[in-house]
Amino acid sequence: MDRAEVEAKMTDLLVDELGLDRDKIRMEATFEEDLEVDSLGVVELLMALEDNFGVAIPDEEAEEITTVGGAVDVVMEKLGD
Amino acid sequence: MTRRVVVTGLGTINPLGRDVESFWRAALDGISGVGEITAFDASEMKVHFAAEVKDFDPEEYIERKEARRLDRYGQLFWAATDQALTDAGISYEEDDPEALRAGVVVGSGIGGMISFQDGIDTMRERGPGRVSPLTITQIISNMAAGLVSIRYNLFGPNTCTVTACAASANAIGDAAEIIKRGAADVMVAGGAEAPVCEFAVAGFSQSRALSLNNDDPQGASRPFDADRDGFVMGEGAATLILEERGHALARRAKIYGEVIGYGMSSDGYHVTLPRPGGGGAARAMQHALDHAGVESSAIDYINAHGTSTVANDSTETAAIKSVFGGGAYDVPISSTKSMTGHLLGGAGALESLVCILAIRDGIVPPTINYTTPDPECDLDYVPNEAREVGVETAMTNSFGFGGHNVSLVFTAHD
Repeated sequence: MDRAEVEAKMTDLLVDELGLDRDKIRMEATFEEDLEVDSLGVVELLMALEDNFGVAIPDEEAEEITTVGGAVDVVMEKLGD
Repeated sequence: MTRRVVVTGLGTINPLGRDVESFWRAALDGISGVGEITAFDASEMKVHFAAEVKDFDPEEYIERKEARRLDRYGQLFWAATDQALTDAGISYEEDDPEALRAGVVVGSGIGGMISFQDGIDTMRERGPGRVSPLTITQIISNMAAGLVSIRYNLFGPNTCTVTACAASANAIGDAAEIIKRGAADVMVAGGAEAPVCEFAVAGFSQSRALSLNNDDPQGASRPFDADRDGFVMGEGAATLILEERGHALARRAKIYGEVIGYGMSSDGYHVTLPRPGGGGAARAMQHALDHAGVESSAIDYINAHGTSTVANDSTETAAIKSVFGGGAYDVPISSTKSMTGHLLGGAGALESLVCILAIRDGIVPPTINYTTPDPECDLDYVPNEAREVGVETAMTNSFGFGGHNVSLVFTAHD
């Protein structure tokens, strides 16, 4: 899966699983400020990433994710492992 | 000076309609809201039917992002409350000092049962790490009250009642008392239930409370009829806006009626069965009359609990006779559960709304499916046809598993 594919799939997940507005989703958008994803939403997102990309993201790495692009980075890294 | 409590807004989403007026038309027309269960494949269940809310789109009321995080019971209550606040002409900005004097009491028997079932399924099938972080907030029975407080800036007293099928009658009574004691001027009071899932249908049918009339779902809820065999599970929500009378008059609000009586008792007898003879129910009715300061002869209409179980309907009839004496034969009594099914914790609020509309329009809805009289149920149940009758004062009864008995009395506003 290349980066463009991961980005597209990430966007779909955020729309489908978290109910976010597609127009607001940009790679530099922050979850907390720009997308208003709260602590419960972050857990939902991690579960969705694990389900849809087949990657496991430990809590300490999850805490470092602040933007959509950051989530893509982590998924890319895990897929590459 | 005594603070009085009036009703200034109504909202409902239930199996007969997704707003107050369409519900009321269907109820007066004697329509059944019961059908084969569509929420899941019920073909293997002992009971295949229920009274479901049709075509409810939560996104008519709630942003998609928020709606998907809520259990159906919360969505239904949110929607009914949105209607009721709009009807009352009430909305608060976050910094409005009036919002500090506006609160919520919600009744629900079992809260987010569908989410509960889904969460257990997920845990068993996929492990504890896959349980949604939203599960708990979806399940808990107080969350409906929390949700509407968050959405509509209601910062006063905020609580819930969980007294099974009496829950939202308690919610209305408790909310009225909160206003009377001066702790709030406006209260959102109501109830919601969304129990149509495998687990709840199985559990209620095993408790021998549900009708097994799979051959005739629309005829299954037949309160007071000799052939009744149990209640029909229903889902939905109803909200009443209660308001201190002076507060409502000052803002020239439309006033539907007044809450004047609230009585409670406990059977102290059995977890599901009513105490034989109906002594507990009778005491709740008498307390409500005493609280209202009216004689039983003042009651022009009773919206019965009338579940269509063998035990409830004969016991409630006995209780009405013991309170009303010979007058019991003169008062029109109907069970709208014959049409709506039994909304469990949502029933008391919906049936309070029925009383208010009966007072408004001078017409009482029927008990449908009434064909064969039962010698133990020999009162006037307004069989099958709505009846135009002046209603100045009305009573509604709600009784819950556990032996909770609640009666409320409403009257026209003078």
